[in-house]
Amino acid sequence: MKRFRVAVQVVPRRGLLDPQGKAVADALHSLGFRGVAAVHVGRHVVLELDAPDADAARLQTREMCERLLANPVTEDFEIAEVSVA
Amino acid sequence: MKFGVVTFPGSNGDYDALHAVTEGIGEEAVYLWHKDADLQGCDVVILPGGFSYGDYLRAGAIARFSPIMREVVAHARRGGPVVAFCNGFQVACEAGLLPGALLRNESLKFVCAPVGLRVETADTPFTSNYQRGQHIVLPIAHGDGRYSADEQTLDRLEGEGRVVFRYAPSPLEAEEAYNPNGSMRDIAGIVNEGGNVLGMMPHPERAVDPLLGPPDGLPLFESILQRVPV
Repeated sequence: MKRFRVAVQVVPRRGLLDPQGKAVADALHSLGFRGVAAVHVGRHVVLELDAPDADAARLQTREMCERLLANPVTEDFEIAEVSVA
Repeated sequence: MKFGVVTFPGSNGDYDALHAVTEGIGEEAVYLWHKDADLQGCDVVILPGGFSYGDYLRAGAIARFSPIMREVVAHARRGGPVVAFCNGFQVACEAGLLPGALLRNESLKFVCAPVGLRVETADTPFTSNYQRGQHIVLPIAHGDGRYSADEQTLDRLEGEGRVVFRYAPSPLEAEEAYNPNGSMRDIAGIVNEGGNVLGMMPHPERAVDPLLGPPDGLPLFESILQRVPV
C-alpha cells in the first residue's frame, strides 16, 4: 500500500443555472476584469488515500465521486491529480 | 395510525412534524433516531426539515447513508408512505427516492417567508383533502430549494401528474416574483412513480395551528389519515 494524494474537482453541470458563478462573474466585471466570459464555482476535494497503486487509487476515487462526492444529476467531476503523498 | 419522524443530527423540523401529527390530527408519532435501523412499526415516515449533518458536501448527501435511511428506502419500495419536507426532500432526492435535485436558491439567499402555492393534484394520498387548483399559503425556510432535473424528467413528472405543488401568485394579487428559489417550472413538491413518496420544500407541518397563520398544512395530514390504509 502506498499513500496517494488525490485531487477531485466537482463543478456544476454546464447549462444548469449557476447563480454563484454568475455572482462571481458580475463581481469580477465590476472590478474591471472585462474579459471574464463566465465563471463556474465548484468544489475541490483532496483525499489522502491508501491504495496499492495509482490506478487503484483513481478507480476508488471514481467510485467515491459517483456515490457521494458529486451529485450525478447536477454535477460533473474530474480527477485532477493522483500523486504519491 | 403511527407516524415516525426521523431525527438526523442537525434536524430542526422534527418537533414540528411530531407536533403536527399529535396535535394537528391526534395520531401517534415517535422519533426515529438516524443510527437505528428500525422503523418501530410506523405506517408513515416523515423526513423533517433542518440541516442534516450540517448539510456538508451537499444538502442531504450524507444523511442518505445513515442506517435509518436503508429502512426508509425499503419501506418506500414496499409502497409505504414517506413525506419529506424541506431538508427531508433534499435527503429523499439524494437517496434516489425522488428524481432531481435541490440546488442553491437563484437569489443565493436563504428565504424564510410564507409563499403562495397551487395544489396541482388532489389525486395523491397526501392531497386528497385539497381541491385541485386550490391556492394555499405555506411557510418556507431554505437556502437550497431550487428544484432541478433534466427536461425529460420534468416532462415525465408533468405528464404523469406528479407535480403536486407549484409556487403560484395568489389569484387576488398582481403577478409578482412568486417563485422564491428559481425552481424549474415553479415546482415546489413532487411524488415518486408509485405515488407513495412526497417531497416538498414548503413546511405544511408548520402551518397546522391557526395561531401561526392559515392552517393550510393541516389538510395534508388529514389526507394521509383518510387515504393511507393501516
